[in-house]
Amino acid sequence: MIPAAFEYVRADSVDAALSALTEYGDEAKLLAGGHSLIPLMKLRLAAPSVLVDVGRLDDLRYINDAGDYISIGALTRHRDLETSSLLASAAPLLAHAAGHVGDPQVRHRGTIGGSLAHADPASDLPAVALAMGATIVATGPNGTREIAASEFYTGFLESALAPDELLTEIRIPKLDTQGWSFQKFNRRAQDWAIVGVATVRANGSTGVGLVNMGSTPLLASAVMDAVKSGANAADAAALANEGTEAQSDINASSEYREHLVRVLVRRSLEESGLS
Amino acid sequence: MKITVTVNGVERTGDVEPRTLLVHFLRDELNLTGTNVGCDTSSCGACTIHVEGQSVKSCTMLAAQADGLDLTTIEGLANGDILHPMQRCFQENHGLQCGYCTPGMVMAAVSLLDENPNPSETDVRIGLEGNLCRCTGYHNIVKSVLACAAESNGAAK
Repeated sequence: MIPAAFEYVRADSVDAALSALTEYGDEAKLLAGGHSLIPLMKLRLAAPSVLVDVGRLDDLRYINDAGDYISIGALTRHRDLETSSLLASAAPLLAHAAGHVGDPQVRHRGTIGGSLAHADPASDLPAVALAMGATIVATGPNGTREIAASEFYTGFLESALAPDELLTEIRIPKLDTQGWSFQKFNRRAQDWAIVGVATVRANGSTGVGLVNMGSTPLLASAVMDAVKSGANAADAAALANEGTEAQSDINASSEYREHLVRVLVRRSLEESGLS
Repeated sequence: MKITVTVNGVERTGDVEPRTLLVHFLRDELNLTGTNVGCDTSSCGACTIHVEGQSVKSCTMLAAQADGLDLTTIEGLANGDILHPMQRCFQENHGLQCGYCTPGMVMAAVSLLDENPNPSETDVRIGLEGNLCRCTGYHNIVKSVLACAAESNGAAK
């Protein structure tokens, strides 16, 4: 399988990437690690006429302690997240979940920025970003702006990024974590989650993100509200399918997913210390 | 477009279409046919090579993305007639059946031991989750990798 022909532009700076996006507009797609986009292009489900390769922007590959939050450069690879001692202590849910993306080869190439911007509801890291209350930094011709993860996902494979913007940084609030859990249910190693749940309990509140329960990555708002009101894990988890719109596919029916999400949310809440 | 890569220590140049996949550049242009194409969907790992020392599926990377980078393929592991320890351990432990997945398995296993020189059996099984053997010969593949790790650790002591 070979992608449709395209023009290839390698950006050697953020400014160069932004210029290319301005020049080519909707025709262009950004290429980071390529491990979501290239498979789609090989299947000809995506056929951009210009690829702007930002994979060499090593300035955007970092994990730093920025005081109130951890700042992560968009080009940071899953393997970097998985092995970061800073994340292991300050954001263990993210480090752990990054170690469950794809397989080692995929984690050597795939990036957090690419994964979040691709906006695939079946990906692991968007749900983690939602659960942790991450902020996404977009850089465009007029400078940078911050977008809450909860405002970032607008549709299937669609995000709040404008066509001329580049996702440059992810900010993870430094939480006083009481407990966390990542539940990924699949039938075979390296598969996408049939359903996944990311939970973090910190600073007196509970964030629960859902993988593959609708056309976008979702927050389990009903569960979070119930926990806030004092519900136990079982009662809160019973609400896990509220507001979801799970699809049926070769792996599972929507009914199966709605059942599974309630089971996984209960496990996830319990594993993160809620009785 | 022109690209230059270092493959197995030798600088190679090529003129590729932007859409050329790295595995096809290696096989069809450089005639390095040890790297196999299996599933072509980044699932099976038969096309695993090292890019800057780390295992990568070369069917899911453009040749253009490799421009200027250091690559190692299965052909680059042995030192002349002397097999790489991982290759020898696969041979000694019958870590292959039909052999189709073997180049990718060996490259993934070398990368695995680089990152975790003293893996448990579970670490090896999880670490090779990106590589499929359709003969289902996993038992001896895992045994081969563990033997290689034990041998390297013994030599280091």
